[in-house]
Amino acid sequence: MAMTATAGHAHADPHHIGVVIEHPGPAPKRIVTAYGFWIFLLSDIVMFSCFFAAYAVLSGQTAGGPKGSEIFEQRNVAIETVCLLLSSFTCGMASIAADVRNRFWFYLGMSVTCVLGLIFLAIEFREFADLVARGYGPSRSAFVTAFFSLVGCHGLHVSAGVLWLLTMMAQVFAKGFRADVLRRMMCFALFWHALDIIWVGVFSVVYLLGSGA
Amino acid sequence: MLGKLDWSAIPFDQPIPLIAGAIVLIAILGVLVWVVVKGHLPYLWHEWITSVDHKRIGVMYILLASVMLLRGGSDAIMMRIQQAVAYQSQGYLPPEHYNQIFSAHGTIMIFFVAMPFVIGLMNLVVPLQLGVRDVAFPTLNSVGFWLTATGALLVNMSLVIGEFARTGWLAFPPLSELSYSPGVGVDYYAWSLQISGVGTLVAGINLVTTVLKLRTRGMNYLRMPMFCWTTLASNLLIVAAFPILTATLAMLLLDRYLGFHFFTNEAGGNVMMFMNLIWAWGHPEVYILVLPAFGIFSEVVSTFSGKVLFGYRSMVLATMAICVISFMVWLHHFFTMGAGPDVNAIFGIASMIIAIPTGVKIYNWLFTMYGGRIRFATPMLWSVGFMVTFIIGGLTGVLVAVPPADFMLHNSMFLVAHFHNVIIGGVLFGAFAGFEYWFPKAFGFRLDERWGKAAFWFTFLGFYVTFMPLYIAGMLGMTRRMQHYDVAAWRPWMIIAALGMAVLTIGVICQIMQLVVSIRNREALRDRTGDPWDGRSLEWATSSPPPVFNFAFNPDVRGEDAYWDMKVRARQQSLEHDRPEYQDIEMPRNSPTGFVCAFFATIMGFALIWHIWWMVILGGLGAFATFVVFAWRDHDEYVIPAEEVAAIDRVNIEERRGLVSMAGAV
Repeated sequence: MAMTATAGHAHADPHHIGVVIEHPGPAPKRIVTAYGFWIFLLSDIVMFSCFFAAYAVLSGQTAGGPKGSEIFEQRNVAIETVCLLLSSFTCGMASIAADVRNRFWFYLGMSVTCVLGLIFLAIEFREFADLVARGYGPSRSAFVTAFFSLVGCHGLHVSAGVLWLLTMMAQVFAKGFRADVLRRMMCFALFWHALDIIWVGVFSVVYLLGSGA
Repeated sequence: MLGKLDWSAIPFDQPIPLIAGAIVLIAILGVLVWVVVKGHLPYLWHEWITSVDHKRIGVMYILLASVMLLRGGSDAIMMRIQQAVAYQSQGYLPPEHYNQIFSAHGTIMIFFVAMPFVIGLMNLVVPLQLGVRDVAFPTLNSVGFWLTATGALLVNMSLVIGEFARTGWLAFPPLSELSYSPGVGVDYYAWSLQISGVGTLVAGINLVTTVLKLRTRGMNYLRMPMFCWTTLASNLLIVAAFPILTATLAMLLLDRYLGFHFFTNEAGGNVMMFMNLIWAWGHPEVYILVLPAFGIFSEVVSTFSGKVLFGYRSMVLATMAICVISFMVWLHHFFTMGAGPDVNAIFGIASMIIAIPTGVKIYNWLFTMYGGRIRFATPMLWSVGFMVTFIIGGLTGVLVAVPPADFMLHNSMFLVAHFHNVIIGGVLFGAFAGFEYWFPKAFGFRLDERWGKAAFWFTFLGFYVTFMPLYIAGMLGMTRRMQHYDVAAWRPWMIIAALGMAVLTIGVICQIMQLVVSIRNREALRDRTGDPWDGRSLEWATSSPPPVFNFAFNPDVRGEDAYWDMKVRARQQSLEHDRPEYQDIEMPRNSPTGFVCAFFATIMGFALIWHIWWMVILGGLGAFATFVVFAWRDHDEYVIPAEEVAAIDRVNIEERRGLVSMAGAV
């Protein structure tokens, strides 16, 4: 018995005698929440990677329909990209405003973020509607199927983000900068920035590579 | 108004599902009436349905898994009987019904039995083993459970309203596409998995965050109990793999609902992309299931051998190696795709390599037992039974990992025997071992050993009698999923398998009897010490059942086997030399968010299956409103005053004093 006990102690730290750093205990709530949300974002990125993979596999399968270079409009995509990147900046400003508890700059930052997000969505919607009207809807070929799904999935995320953004503003209006509200704001900011990162991928893989093909 | 739903959806002409459905419905109504009449409804609502306590949620997960095990088991019995009688005849199940049964059996057993069982055990045990008060996100935990329950509900609804998929448990296209499966079966399948998949993802995120960010003082990574390590590995796999399932099913649904061309035969769709995607999730999935079982066996073997786990660090390494390699073997599910010898060789070798860390684990368990004073309690029986059975399953697995051999055995009964060999012998035995082992912790009394041992032996023998013949039938060329056949050589093996199924059923009955008998004799089986097995990790350091806050103080951990260490020190120094200063404890408040959210998810899922669009919108709005209401509440925690904590804890310490004198006196 005594042997097992000493073995238990020796096992604690067989390789760095005396210098083991003791785990300090559970992390504070803010850290835990952000960490969990990061993990969610990673899982979301895995989901996007499937749509990217599907696009890569199907992008040549035009089945007599349009190729990427025939339907992508660089100018629109440029405007979309500028909107989204700018909105990340304004979202960052709103986060800073929330941290210093400044309502005016918070609302301003969030509103501009919202407007930029809506402009992005409007341009994307117009692009989709235009394609469908020309008979290049997602049922036309496997290529447009993959295109609509990948870009649309990102668009759905942005829409959900806008809904979350408005809820966030209403919550700050109703509850003020409470600790739980600030934690949610942090998650929202992470979400919004992650969508930007995804868009960089969409922009490069779909529009830049596709326009050349 | 009601989309595709009308009276033709109810299978009036098929007596089996109708009668089964009616019996289930009557049983559910009976239970509900009993609950309401007896006045248990407020108790159920406040203490269970709205509970965010990880222990309660864990118990509910396991309850769901047990009920669904009966459903999936009934399907299995029907299939075995069908194949025993359907020699040169149609048997008693028409093909369209038989196809639904094997599809439902696979779907239910993986998603609604194995998954909730292991997630339930992880939920129940991991925060206790880590020495903390709850998981990282208690309310989300409840949401995750109830979404899983929604998926299970939808699958069962398909029994009487409409039909289930006839495509097998992974719904391969093009068969699962609209042109070949125009009914609602595949939609039932896909939407219930989408909804329960969200629940699983939530549980995965929750448990990863819990293990990585919530550990008590001194619980360094290399001091965590092995079950926590396997939980970490398994949930990392959930986070990495389940989004693939979500995306793949979303693509299939887009094909079916909006005429997309991901996996169709026309317009450039690619069927093999589905195979690659679904198995990129599907292979990690089997490790998601079996890794927690490995953790359970590690705990059980070490406890019942009275020894430290042999080769702890190699076990950690093996676990994490499996976690990584499990993502590199998916192609062995379709060597016959024709990817060429090089690709097949790489995946074949990777598949064989994964047997190495698994072998390391087996040797570690054996060496843990070596020289130990082994107590053959029921959990230990399941563990030893697992080692024998799993080795056979692993060996046949390595066999089918050889591409040329796989070309012969692909989609044969040999394969069916192999994966039942590892899933029953690994996951189910593990779940039962964990169930027997931690039941006293959850409820405060042990399970009856005699019925438990009977259940083990019947299940163990029943397994061999059922599945060894399937290996032989596979070798004789019998393919899987046959509604009837004309080869005389297969017949005897099918009859033996059906007899084995009868033995397995006796095992299940013993398991139910064990529960009934134990509940009736609960006073005699009561465990007042909180440590009925002379355990080694922290879950045994608190009372059984644990108070809602688990530990009055976050325990200090100084090495592996934290509680064993404490017991030894307490024996040497006499327990409790100083009176501790109790403090108020803040705990998360119960919340109906999970239940309400699942309610709307059920409505939405059902409406999506039947194309009732207004109801879809209603369900979506309801779910959003639920989250807003949740986000708007002002008090999310309540305080348990120090005096109450002190009162609860002192009782526990008193009960434990008697035990300490015996602790470690092995």
